[in-house]
Amino acid sequence: MPKMPGMLVGLRVTAKTFFKTVFPGGPFSPPAPSKGAHTVQYPHVKEAPPTRARGVIALHDDNCTACMLCARECPDWCIYIEGHKELAPPRRAGGKPRQKNKLDRFDIDFALCMFCGICVDVCPFDALFWSPEFEFSEMRIADLLHDKSRLGDWMETVPEFPAYESGADQKVRKVPAT
Amino acid sequence: MTTDHITAELDINDNEQLRYIAAQAVDARVNVELETEGMTLNIGPQHPATHGTLRIVAKLDGEQVIKAEPIMGYMHRGYEKLTEVRTYPQVTTLVNRIDWVGSFANEVPFILAAEDLMEVEAPPRAQWIRTALFEMGRIANIMLFLGDMAVQLGGVTAVFYAFRDREFVLNQIESVTGGRFHPNFNRIGGIKDDLPAGWIAETKSVMQKVRDFCDEMEDLVVGNEIFQLRCRGVGVIPAEVGKAYGLSGANLRASGVDWDLRRDGDSRLAWKDLDWKVWTHPDGDSFARYWVRLQETREATYMVEQILDGLPTGPIMAKVPRIIKVPAGESYVQTENPLGVMGYYVISKGELTPFRVKIRTASFSNMSIAPWLLEGVYVPDIATILASLYFILGDIDR
Amino acid sequence: MLTPLAIELAYWQETIIKGVIGLVAVLLPTGALVYLFLFKMMSFMQSRLGPMETGPYGQLQLLAEFGKFLQKEDIFPAKADRFVFAAAPFVVLVSTFMLVLVLPGGPDATFIDINTGIYFALAVSSVSVIGILMAGWGSASKYSLLGGLRAAGQLIAYELPLVLSVVGVVIMAESLNLSDIVHKQNEFGMWFILPQFIGFFLFLVSVQAELTQPPFDMPQAESELVTGFLTEYSGIRFLLFFIAEFATAAIFSAIGATLFLGGWTIPFVDANAEFMNYIGPLVLAAKMILIAFLIFWFRITYPRFREDQLQRLAWKFMIPLALANIVITAILKVAL
Repeated sequence: MPKMPGMLVGLRVTAKTFFKTVFPGGPFSPPAPSKGAHTVQYPHVKEAPPTRARGVIALHDDNCTACMLCARECPDWCIYIEGHKELAPPRRAGGKPRQKNKLDRFDIDFALCMFCGICVDVCPFDALFWSPEFEFSEMRIADLLHDKSRLGDWMETVPEFPAYESGADQKVRKVPAT
Repeated sequence: MTTDHITAELDINDNEQLRYIAAQAVDARVNVELETEGMTLNIGPQHPATHGTLRIVAKLDGEQVIKAEPIMGYMHRGYEKLTEVRTYPQVTTLVNRIDWVGSFANEVPFILAAEDLMEVEAPPRAQWIRTALFEMGRIANIMLFLGDMAVQLGGVTAVFYAFRDREFVLNQIESVTGGRFHPNFNRIGGIKDDLPAGWIAETKSVMQKVRDFCDEMEDLVVGNEIFQLRCRGVGVIPAEVGKAYGLSGANLRASGVDWDLRRDGDSRLAWKDLDWKVWTHPDGDSFARYWVRLQETREATYMVEQILDGLPTGPIMAKVPRIIKVPAGESYVQTENPLGVMGYYVISKGELTPFRVKIRTASFSNMSIAPWLLEGVYVPDIATILASLYFILGDIDR
Repeated sequence: MLTPLAIELAYWQETIIKGVIGLVAVLLPTGALVYLFLFKMMSFMQSRLGPMETGPYGQLQLLAEFGKFLQKEDIFPAKADRFVFAAAPFVVLVSTFMLVLVLPGGPDATFIDINTGIYFALAVSSVSVIGILMAGWGSASKYSLLGGLRAAGQLIAYELPLVLSVVGVVIMAESLNLSDIVHKQNEFGMWFILPQFIGFFLFLVSVQAELTQPPFDMPQAESELVTGFLTEYSGIRFLLFFIAEFATAAIFSAIGATLFLGGWTIPFVDANAEFMNYIGPLVLAAKMILIAFLIFWFRITYPRFREDQLQRLAWKFMIPLALANIVITAILKVAL
């Protein structure tokens, strides 16, 4: 068989894609381009990002001890933490009152954040989590500074950690219940 | 314009004389601009052919380029200086942003250099996963080139196919690392996390899609007679010249030089255990560069499949202290990145931050041949040659 | 053309009605082509959906675009030759509107029925070169100048194969009148695309080049010249260029349908029947869309030539082929 000229082969490729897009269910099905196209009509249809996706940082503030590790390790210093020490009632009756770090302020400026994930990584007390939620744009840049309660609200959107592929040596972590 | 004019006007007062001289200068400038042989065309800093902020000052004779000079630095972000005030884990997230379409590959040589200094070695499973993601970064990067080269030549459809199928690869990278473009997944001594369940099977189907895309590109672009007319014999780099200018990667392999650091380097990654082939092309023109990259993409998909089949079990992190202090010393590691050879020269004085990091990026060296290559070509060939050299602006002005 | 209505109209009334019909005849197919092919077919061929928000499947997108262009500022570059810059889009548009005059839409449905119809159409279509040159020169931009000069070189080079490709049809029809050519095809028993397939191929390629569409879009070449002679245009003037480009595509497709696909006639239907005056334009539109489909399909699939390759293609391949086609047609015409 003689070789087909490349220009005709090119036409065949575009035509094939055309039919694949318009008739995703085969040539005898009704045309349904919105199924055949690879694009998604964003505000109407949303694609779910993978569970590990770094969308927004959620704070579980019961676990936070204001140890400042995350704020120190942040490459662009967009985490602001203030805390004070206070006395908590003793665990056992008659014991000495315990000293506890109380978190006053925990802000992340998402206008500066690079979404590198170092803060979540270094947190020794499981207080920071990634949520795949990505729709938090604001009209004013100042509103991108999320405070403690707003970061706490994101905890609801944090998915469970996915199971590992076979052969992995890791243990699956748990997300604390809010 | 003779000097008689000026001497005749010398009696009149200074103000008028100055105005006269200014007018003469304007006339002279207009004359220069109207001369076709000396037309200077300023391509960029904002121009579609430069995909970024590269500027090329081209002197034209009609449609022919007499002299072209690339001017870089419009996007310089000072990464080499920044690394001196960031700790080692923080540098990884910075170097992500150098070649932003194949960013996983940027982290690896830096991490390897730091591991050299700390004398730790990542466990085999971590190295294999690194290699798989490295190759997927290469696929994502070169797929962009395969579409972009066609769109630089006027065929708009290929770039949509490239973005369509690249999305699958990026999704796979995202579901492991959490970031589509900036994974920040490498740690000194290993990687951040293991693969999620079901990822291997899904990646294999994606690799099949990438191969289908390569077939499609072969039909739509490589086989097209117009594409071949535009690319064959345009921007020929002889092997000797390419070596002299310090080219690397597919640009050099397209000139017939059989040199690939994945095979020839002393890399600790898993490439030596895989069965694969280095593709070369004897021609050295734009078409050869496109062809070599297309074959490399296809080869990379087979490599990823081999890695996923032979993935060793075990831990993914070596024993590393929590606060990383790198002992004093120097280390240089280079790897074969999607754009060419990328290397990090790390000097440590035993502190939390590197003392100095020199970053050798591929695009910077690849661009240096542009003035030599652009001499005497036509204006449309500027787009062809720049696209076929394939640079990422962040890789030039890091 | 208004005889079937059996109303006596004054000359000025008829002129106004003809003007409105002319506007509709240009803008409606243009809009249809842009929506069908540029928005939808192109999107589907690239695995996407194209405009979807304005109306069902984005059908009102063109109106939205129109409104957008009207709102934009009418920018003149500082060093532009203002008059030339402002007049250029109108020159291009006038050439487009004059093209539609000779198109027959039925046995009596023509604007003007001149004996040298096809000659007139091809002559008028080259007026747009002047407009493009004016745009390129008047913009005072080097990119525009390069684009304008490329357009001039290209349009002049492809005028010749365009004319020569039509000559074969003219020889077979023994007439330059478009209505006669249509009737001749009906009498001949087959459309001229069958005996004149070489002519049809040359016509398609030359039209593609005349329209400065890929693979012949060097004058616009986004990746090198940043849309060439259009670089400095914005708002309504850009819109005029845009309309002119796609209206010319529509009209050239219609001319192609007239020359090679039997125009407004339907096979085995009496061409002189009264109702053909009403069905004819629709038939012509359908055939026009068929040819426009080919033109846009090439546009979507191919990369572009380089300037010198394009000239070589015109002078070394297409013109000899067209001349050979004419010779063969003439010999067969005399022999048979």
